[in-house]
Amino acid sequence: MKSFLKYREIWLLAGIVVLIGLISTRFPGFANPANLRQVFNDTSILMILALGQMVVILTRSIDLSMASNLCFTGMVVAMLNAAHPAIPIPVLIVVALALGLVLGAINGFLVWRLNIPSIVVTLGTLTIYRGATFVVSGGAWVNADQMSPDFINFQRAALLGLPVLSWIALLVIAVFFLVMTRTAIGRSIYAIGVNPTASVYAGIDVGRTKFIVFCISGMIGGLAGYLWISRYVIASVEVANGYELNIIAACVIGGISIAGGIGSVCGAVLGALFLGIISNALPVINISPFWQMAISGSAIILAVVLNARGERRQGRIILRKAEAA
Amino acid sequence: MTDTPTPRHIPDRLDKPLSSAIFSWEALLVVIAVVIFAVNSFASPYFLDPWSLSDLTFNFTEKGLIALAMALLIISGEIDLSVAAIVALASTMMGMAVQAGAGTPVLAAIGIAVGLACGAFNGLLVTRLGLPSIVVTIGTMSLFRGIAFIILGDQAYKGYPESFAFFGQGYVWWVFSFELALFLVAALIYWFVLHRTSFGRRVFAIGNNPVACQFSGVRVDRIKFILFCLTGLMSGIASVLITSRLGSTRPSIAQGYELEAITMVVLGGVSILGGAGSILGVVLAAFIMGLVTFGLGLLNVPGIVMSIFIGLLLIVVIALPIVWRRLREGRFA
Repeated sequence: MKSFLKYREIWLLAGIVVLIGLISTRFPGFANPANLRQVFNDTSILMILALGQMVVILTRSIDLSMASNLCFTGMVVAMLNAAHPAIPIPVLIVVALALGLVLGAINGFLVWRLNIPSIVVTLGTLTIYRGATFVVSGGAWVNADQMSPDFINFQRAALLGLPVLSWIALLVIAVFFLVMTRTAIGRSIYAIGVNPTASVYAGIDVGRTKFIVFCISGMIGGLAGYLWISRYVIASVEVANGYELNIIAACVIGGISIAGGIGSVCGAVLGALFLGIISNALPVINISPFWQMAISGSAIILAVVLNARGERRQGRIILRKAEAA
Repeated sequence: MTDTPTPRHIPDRLDKPLSSAIFSWEALLVVIAVVIFAVNSFASPYFLDPWSLSDLTFNFTEKGLIALAMALLIISGEIDLSVAAIVALASTMMGMAVQAGAGTPVLAAIGIAVGLACGAFNGLLVTRLGLPSIVVTIGTMSLFRGIAFIILGDQAYKGYPESFAFFGQGYVWWVFSFELALFLVAALIYWFVLHRTSFGRRVFAIGNNPVACQFSGVRVDRIKFILFCLTGLMSGIASVLITSRLGSTRPSIAQGYELEAITMVVLGGVSILGGAGSILGVVLAAFIMGLVTFGLGLLNVPGIVMSIFIGLLLIVVIALPIVWRRLREGRFA
């Protein structure tokens, strides 16, 4: 199983290398380290979000509300900053994490205590959180000139050759890697996805674990809210509209099975990078950005087709044989 | 996305017709609809006017047409997130045809055919390659709308012929619009197919246990393929209506319709896990969503705030019966 998982991520990595190679034939400067660092930095927020979505998908659930959560938390943090520029940035980050956690916990509570399917709960909160953004802001925008210089420059500060944003992404990746591979909760998340019934007998509280994964995805949404707003220096109701599906797309390309239990931190990161490379490369190789949507759509379909070959359920194979007989 | 499986309770005898009708999901929806209707008529003096009520129906007919087919698809245990993108692609193709000088019948045929083709493409990917529909249709959603963006960019198609405007703006009789008439006729057809034919029974059976169906001789894949085609077809029809109503095509047309159509289906009592639901529920849910958005619109509530009400409605309506049942059984956690 383990060698098989490695196999899949290595294929994706190979795909990314080939992609970079192809782009380099049209634009030789693309593969140089400075540019790749830039691509990594540009993709940081998507990578963080994809990791948050990954833990949810691993438990056979889905969180459609992440982009709305991002929008709401980002708006609140930006308004706080505009009203009280003296609040230090680390405090704002803690506020963003806490607010995101609350929004995630609401999703988690409804899934855990009321047993409502996660797709229904988060479909509802998707519209509620974005609507709430309008209510708190009154429809107004927070512009760059209302934000304090610290708020905007914090993630851009260079630290050992990389911007702080990239370091935050690396830190999140490291934490997720440790949690998913080295802790009981990480293994429980996989167990629930593979077989919820067996997990119950193994002493795992399925509902509580689902609650926790929604709290995680909520916190990630909150963190991404601050990062997004300070990166694009505008907070409005339209921020990241429809982005929830990009996050899921990154996970799918990264080989995370929507049926739960299959996927890795490495895969989610690579899946996000794949999308990030495409969106960074199109302008420099003179392809209209209008092509981006169709290309990522094709990439998603291709990824599912390739990943599904290894995922066929045993029952399905028996069925195929029965059909043939 | 399934939870821990619990044994399904199968009663020997069905409930008495009357009591089951009173405590049914549809009855709950009727009560909600009546309450919202009453609140609306008190809140705004403009609400109880035949033409106001007629305008109201435009809020849900197009999404409702998609929701009818989506209901069957969700009952069979699949989902299609690409419907709004199909609307955009079909509309773009109609726009191209207009530039080439096509007349109204050809335009409508193109819209419907593109929708059908997109649905068939989804169906092939899901049934032939055995892929999960939620992921496939997230992919085709980007693909279809992406093609519309490639063709149109930041441009728009205009100049639809005058006779084409009938589909989205015409009236069949008095205040009854063509859109509403089409929605009601389609609802009747879908009700008949789902609740009165063996095809409909198979759709339910597939949603409850696809493996058992396969072994019972039901052609699971073929039925699912047909359902995807139907969803594409309805999206094509919706595209004709929307394009006709707006009189122009932009690649961002019908953005977000997929989630609204799914909200209608779920609010209508269709189980997102498959195997249960009714067309009557979906039609009622469509009316409720139209009532809520239109009523709030008359009160000058912005669209984005309405979405809070729709979201709350979705969660509360689904949570209420669960909370109530637990309270009655005295084991609320």
